Amino acid sequence: MTFAEKILAKYAGEKKVKPGQIVTIQPDHLLMHDNAAPIISKIQPELKEYGIYSKDLPVIVLDHVIPAAAEKNALQHKQIREFVKAFKIKHFFDVGYGVCHQIIIEKGLALPGTLLLGSDSHTSSYGAVGAFSSGIDRTEAAALLLTGETWLKVPQSIKITLKGHLQHWVSAKDVILSIIGDVSAAGADYCSVEFHGNVSQFSVEERFTMANMGVEMGAKNAVFPVDAVTKQYLSSIGISQSKYQSINPDADATYEQELTYTLTTIGPVVAVPHGVDKVKPIKEVEGIDIQQCLLGTCTNGRLSDLKIAAKILKGKKVHQNVRLLVLPASRKIYLDALEEGYIRTFIEAGGTVLPPGCGPCLGAHQGVLAPGERCLSTSNRNFKGRMGCNEADIYLASPATVALSAVFGKITDPRKVVRK
Amino acid sequence: MLFPGKYTYTCNTAEEIKPHLLEDLDPLFAKNVKEGDLIFAGKNFGCGSSREQPVLGLKAVGIVAVVAGSFARIFYRSSINQGLLLIECPEAVKAYKQGDKVWLDVEKGTISIGSSTFSFPKLPKEILAIRDAGGLLPYTREKLRQKKKSQ
Repeated sequence: MTFAEKILAKYAGEKKVKPGQIVTIQPDHLLMHDNAAPIISKIQPELKEYGIYSKDLPVIVLDHVIPAAAEKNALQHKQIREFVKAFKIKHFFDVGYGVCHQIIIEKGLALPGTLLLGSDSHTSSYGAVGAFSSGIDRTEAAALLLTGETWLKVPQSIKITLKGHLQHWVSAKDVILSIIGDVSAAGADYCSVEFHGNVSQFSVEERFTMANMGVEMGAKNAVFPVDAVTKQYLSSIGISQSKYQSINPDADATYEQELTYTLTTIGPVVAVPHGVDKVKPIKEVEGIDIQQCLLGTCTNGRLSDLKIAAKILKGKKVHQNVRLLVLPASRKIYLDALEEGYIRTFIEAGGTVLPPGCGPCLGAHQGVLAPGERCLSTSNRNFKGRMGCNEADIYLASPATVALSAVFGKITDPRKVVRK
Repeated sequence: MLFPGKYTYTCNTAEEIKPHLLEDLDPLFAKNVKEGDLIFAGKNFGCGSSREQPVLGLKAVGIVAVVAGSFARIFYRSSINQGLLLIECPEAVKAYKQGDKVWLDVEKGTISIGSSTFSFPKLPKEILAIRDAGGLLPYTREKLRQKKKSQ
């Protein structure tokens, strides 16, 4: 059986399941963010009558519009805090902790072989540590709060084998963008995506970037095998091997599709407006003027991402026509980056460091674009209007590409750092 | 985009959502759409975030079904939860021309456009149960009532 078949069989209490089969499961956790407010407002009478299924199930992280940009957001945050108190919710992270997906991983709430659902599409991220995780909508989150269970269709699986080694200045972001460009935004619709092959070269941070963007090819979930890299990461956050039981796919599993990519041939790429699958080699877009650079988010706001950007920006100045926004994925990462001197580097270069959260990525606040402007971003979506303006263009790239481009004021090949 | 993200945390009710529905794609959509209309769409309809405003909005303006080549996963699930009918039938999308009269038979799993009839896969019983209850929340309320009764 594939990873998805094995884990769904386990949670459904069945020996074997087949793609297409519908199973009833109880997830280990249910993620909500600022949208917990509209979620709980749907079920006020039921909450009063039946209460919640379990105070351990929900994980609520305030991250989308933080600190509140308007009275309406502030009121929603307040409603959520009252709900958390009234129902003694165990896992609550108020404004400032960081982006929900990063918090779930950092706090060890997603472990190998566990199953999580979340009312956010990038819930797919936890496949980085071998969990099955998938996005659902608000109504379903509301029902889950009350009953603790839902149905899932056992998905077909796609096996992606990565061969060879990453080249200098090419990152996990370039790999996942290249794959999405190849298979298209609908290429993995409804499917479970498994990464195989030479994955030991990718840290958990890099796996996070790739699993996070699995949903951009339509995937239900995207998962990496649990190996020495995963175990070492988990032990670094204080989770010993006895705390989890990993599930890896069988060698004779059946896949709907098998794809192989040779990493050695992948170079820096950029997704151009207005689709994540409109991926071009960097030389086709080099020289395009940019007015804003966004470095960070749940896709690329971890310490290793900030490190490579700081390495490039050290002693340099951001171009006078560019605003560089830095968005660490969590408070912990922010502190670590301070300690390492990266934050000082960004500020000295002329960048603006934002509180760990989501704001500009979804166009909520803190970095909304103006008509005619272009933004080069390490985030995961470049849909029309995504950053708050319909007539602005968003380009997606790796932290290295964004950092060097910020210096030149135009899209620049990060390999120029070494070429000089 | 079906529904612009900038309104995510300011528009939550059907009335608030309606005027912004598909506004980035067709600013006149909200004005021109009529009760009982169907949407014909290409591939991966509804792709993107987990927001359910588009589904609520499409239901509120009276769309009875969306026929598409394929749907994005969360949107598909969300539509089941809200009781909006989604039909995956690329052949019908290809045959349809704007203004055609369309006849839909959910029980049989067929869609007729002019003299041609196309079939689409019937929905599994677990999903039909949610749709028949009027969506996931009414379905859940009933489940909770039954559970309480049996205790």
